[in-house]
Amino acid sequence: MSTSSSHTHDSHVAHHFRDANHQFESAKQGIWLFMVTEILMFGGLFVGYAIFHALYPKMFAEGASHLNWKLGFVNTLVLIFSSYTMAMSIHHLQKNEKSQAVTKLWLTVGCGVIFMCIKAFEYTGKFQHGFLPGRLLDVVHTGAESANLGMYYGFYYCMTGLHGLHVLIGMGLIVWLALRAQKGEFGEDYFTPVEGVGIFWHIVDLIWIFLFPLLYLVG
Amino acid sequence: MAANNHSEHQSAGHGHHIIPAEIYKKVALALFVLTLLTVGFHYLFHSVMHGSVLAAPVAFLIAAVKASLVLMFFMGLKYDSVDNRIIFALGFFFLFVLIFFSALDIWTRVAVTSTL
Repeated sequence: MSTSSSHTHDSHVAHHFRDANHQFESAKQGIWLFMVTEILMFGGLFVGYAIFHALYPKMFAEGASHLNWKLGFVNTLVLIFSSYTMAMSIHHLQKNEKSQAVTKLWLTVGCGVIFMCIKAFEYTGKFQHGFLPGRLLDVVHTGAESANLGMYYGFYYCMTGLHGLHVLIGMGLIVWLALRAQKGEFGEDYFTPVEGVGIFWHIVDLIWIFLFPLLYLVG
Repeated sequence: MAANNHSEHQSAGHGHHIIPAEIYKKVALALFVLTLLTVGFHYLFHSVMHGSVLAAPVAFLIAAVKASLVLMFFMGLKYDSVDNRIIFALGFFFLFVLIFFSALDIWTRVAVTSTL
C-alpha cells in the first residue's frame, strides 16, 4: 500500500519518507521514545523498592540473603555476552557479512535461553522452599525472621518477572530477525529491524545491570 | 540510489556509522571486569568487613559505569543524533523528578512525625 512495488533497495521505503536514511532515523527515534517508557516503567519499581527499603532495611537484607548471588552473577555475564553478540550482528550486516550476522543472532538467542533456564531454576527453588510473594510466603517453612518478608519477594518476582518477560519477547524478536537474515533480507542497505530490536535487547541488559546488585548483593 | 544514500550519510556525519568490532570487544571485556569488580567488592564488604555503608554506593556506582558503556557503545548513543540523546536523557530526568519528590515526601514526613 504505502511501499513502492519496485524491487530495488527503495522497496523498503514508505512514500512519506524522503529516503531510506530518513526512514531508518525515524524508526530509530521511535525506538528511543519507547526506551524512555521502559526506563520510566522499571524506574517506578526501583523507586518503590527504595521507599520500602527505607522503611524495612532489615527485612530487605534478609530477603537478599536467601538469593544465590552466584546465579545472578552468571546471568549478568550471559546477558553482557548476548549484548556483545547482538551488537556484532549489526556490525556484520553493515559490512554485508550476512552469514556471520545470522550466527551472532542465534548466539544471542542461545544466551537468552541460558538466562531463562537459570531464572527458571532459581524460581522453582524459591517456590519449593515457600519463598512466595506477599501473603503467600510460607513464614514457618522459610523460617522468616521478618513477618513481612513476602514484600521483598513481591518486589523480587515483579521486577525479575517483568524483566524475564522482556527477555522472552526479545528472544522471540531475535528468532524472527535470524530467520529473516537467513533469507538474506538484511544487509548494509537495510537492517532497521535489527537495529531496533538490538536497542531493545540492550536496554534489557542495562536493566539487569541494576537489578543484579539491587536484589542479590545489596538487598 | 543506494550509493547515493550512502554518500548522503557520510556528508551528514551520521546515519549508518559502523562501530569497529575492536571497540565492541573492549566494551564487553570492560563489562566483564566491572562485573567481577562488583562481586569482589561484595565479598569485601559482606564477608570480610561484615557490612559497610559503602556497599550500596560502590555497587551502584559500578552499575552506572556499566550502564553508560552499554548506552554509549552497544546502543550507539555516542554516535547517535542529538535528538535521540536528548530523548533518552529526558527519561532519566523524569525518573529523577519521581525520585526527588518521593524522597522529599519521606524526609519531611520523618521530620514531622519521627516515623514514615
